[in-house]
This record gives sequence, C-alpha cells and structure tokens, in this order.
Amino acid sequence: MSSALQARVRAVFRAAEFLPADVDGLANDADLYAAGLNSHATVNLMLALEEAFDVELPDRLLRRRTFSSINAIAEALVEIGVKEDAA
Amino acid sequence: MSEWLAAARAVGIETASRHANEVDAGARFPVESFAALKARKLLGIMVPTSEGGAGAGIADVVSICHALGQYCASTAMIYAMHQIQVSCVVRHGGASDWHRKFMQRLAAEQLLLASATSEAGVGGDVRSSICAVEESGGRFALAKQATVISYGANSDGILVTARRTPASPASDQVIVVVPRDDSVLEQESEWDTLGMRGTCSNGYHLKASGEMAQVIPTPYADVSAQTMLPTSHLVWSALWSGIATDAVARARAYVRAEARRKGGTPAGAWRLAEAASLLQLMKSNVVAALRQYEAALGSEDRLSSLAFAVAMNNLKTGSSQMAVQVINHALLICGLAGYRNDTPFSLGRHLRDVHSAALMVNNDRILASTGNLLMALREDPELLP
Repeated sequence: MSSALQARVRAVFRAAEFLPADVDGLANDADLYAAGLNSHATVNLMLALEEAFDVELPDRLLRRRTFSSINAIAEALVEIGVKEDAA
Repeated sequence: MSEWLAAARAVGIETASRHANEVDAGARFPVESFAALKARKLLGIMVPTSEGGAGAGIADVVSICHALGQYCASTAMIYAMHQIQVSCVVRHGGASDWHRKFMQRLAAEQLLLASATSEAGVGGDVRSSICAVEESGGRFALAKQATVISYGANSDGILVTARRTPASPASDQVIVVVPRDDSVLEQESEWDTLGMRGTCSNGYHLKASGEMAQVIPTPYADVSAQTMLPTSHLVWSALWSGIATDAVARARAYVRAEARRKGGTPAGAWRLAEAASLLQLMKSNVVAALRQYEAALGSEDRLSSLAFAVAMNNLKTGSSQMAVQVINHALLICGLAGYRNDTPFSLGRHLRDVHSAALMVNNDRILASTGNLLMALREDPELLP
C-alpha cells in the first residue's frame, strides 16, 4: 500500500492528541492500542478521519481492529473508496 | 427449569433468604450461602466439560443470578461477580496451559474468584492502570492500591488488572489470575454502606507474585469489551431484576391480602399493574441483551463493535434505573408495612441494595461513554436484529 495515504493518516494524528506518544515514533504497523490509544480517543479519531477524508465509516468498520495501526486505518479508508495515492 | 437453576433456587429458599437479614445487618460475607453454592457445585458450572466443568452457558448463569437476587442481593452479587471472573478465564484462557489447569481447579475445588480492577489514582476509570506487571526471569511481581476488592478476604483467587509493563501507557492493560496463595492483602478500608453490605467490598493493598504464564494472553481491552463488560451488565441486570421481582411479589401479596380482607379491588392494584409492567420491561431488556450476546459470541468483530458496547451499556443504565422505580412502586403499595423492617412486606433492604445499581460503575460515567460512542454510530432503522 502506498505510503502517501499513511502520511495523510499520520497528519490526522498530529493535529490532535489521540495518543500519549508521538505518532512519528511509531511504525505504520505499530499497535496503536499498545501506544495508548483508548476507546474514548478512538471515537474522536474516527470523527477526525471522517472529516479529513470526507468519508463516512460504515458501522461494520466501527470495531477495534479498524484502528489498531496506521496501516489498518489506511486499509479501511481504501476499502470505502479513498484513493491510495491521492494527495 | 435446568438442574442448576433448581439447585440455585433451593439454595435461595433454604439458605440465602434465611440469613439475608443477618448478612445485611452485620455487613458480613454470606458464608452459609456460599457453602451451599459450593456444595451444589454451582461455582464452577461455566468451566467447559473438557476441563472437568459442567459447560453451562451465560443464559444459565444469568437465570441463576436472577433467582438468587430474589432471596439475598449480596449473595447474588457475589455470585455474579465471581462468574464474571470465571467467564474471562474460560473465554480467554483456553489457549494457555496454566489457565486450563486453573479451570480444572475451578471445577474440582469450586474456587471463588474476586476481582481487583479499581485502583486509587485513576479517577474510577477501570480501563486505566497505574500498577504494572514487573517481569523478571519468567516470574512477575505486582503491587496494587485496590480501592475495592469485593469479598477479597473470602475469595480463593483474584483477577487483577495492571499495565502490561512498567513502560506501558495507562490504557495498555493485562489481566492476571492470582490464586490467593500467591497474594498478600492488607486491608485499608471498611465496607460500611447503605446496601449490598454482605459483599464486603473493602479496600486493600494487594501484593502478588507468580509465573508470567498467569497473565491472560488476550489484551485486557479485548477481554473487557468482549467478555467482562457484556457479562457484567447481563448478570448485574439479571440480579437487579431478581430484587425487583421479589419486591413485586411482596406488593402482590399485600394487595391480595387486602382484597381478601376487604373484598373488591384494593387501591394498590393499579399501581401493582404499573410495577408489573415495568418489571416485564426489565426482564425483556435482560433477555433481549442476552440473546444479542449469545448471537455475537464467537465473532470478535461483533463483540468488539461499538454498537454492541452501546447495547450492553444501555442494558446497565436502563435496568439500574428501572429497578429503583419498581421497588418505589412496591413501597407505595405496601405502605408502612413495606417501610417497617419487621413485616413480610418489608422492602427496606431491597431499596437499599438496589440503589447500588446506578453507582457500581457510575451511570453518569457509562452515559458519558455511551454518548461518545453514539457520535460514531448511526441509528439502526430496523426493529428486529
């Protein structure tokens, strides 16, 4: 998967405090829950992603696994039609 | 009625109800009830048959909690909390030799399990820990300032939440099974409360050590979302309905006695209808959530979906509020006979016990969490699941 999309996901993390840790210190496949993502922050992250990518995440993607890593988030976005390399 | 439910009813009638007032007055552990539950092998029923248990399901345990709630709320609550811990071991420990051996002990020795999830300094948020599992050469050590460990002193084992490592963030938790022999409890506070007095939910400083294999392999976040949270809300709501069921039974007996004495339909009859209608709602709510949980079992995605979490939260906040309403109706029906502590219609203990429902995991905290989840969800337009 392209890294352009992951970079845009990272920008969403940088714009707010979803994690106690710095997102730049985490690999694309790093476990975000182990990095301190909690369930409250997950909802706010989801809303920020919808805003940033102008999409709606369907209920079937509203589960823990969708937000488990930057790669997982990018895959979910691709699944609902976000272009992988769109800047 | 299943054999287990019949046995639980017998414990309720023959033992729990006889000691309920003493347990309440003395704020003491219901020793007689638990001796009877152990003797009838009702503590280990959820252990799979492959590990020597009876392989009972969540519906069996929910029915038993509802039954016990009609006789002694403290007994029912301790039984419910125990089964919440058992379900975590059974659902998430199957792949681990240590936990399978522990399940065998649960069935053979009818161990009673307690829980140490709350901790001083986290503001009541059980999904955050300060204490951490400290590993050294395959062994762990753990020290926790546990604000509440219900019936800790009477338990045979405790499930303790902690950060995965001393370097982990507060939300990256694991849950560790600690047999009582591996732990030291120093009591730090007493449990002198309005109700649920027999749960002896004292505060302790807990120190534990053991093998790393005792840590349940699944992250606590998943154990919590998939098992602990839905099981807790189901068994609690069931036992609160049980308390309400007994209150309505007392109100019904009162109205019937009035009718017999004076003839005609007594004044309390229409309010009895109101109470019975609310009780029906409560029970329907429990049964619907139970069916939803059973349908989701086996699918990690369904169990960890936000919509499922909302449904289970709604069960808890709804049941806890309705239980108080039902008992208030019953009290108005029975009048001073219900208010007195020495009549067959006494409802003081019911009312005091049931007021814990909105507080054990505060409804305001749950509603805030549900409100947060609702921002992510769309309304389900369907009636049937």
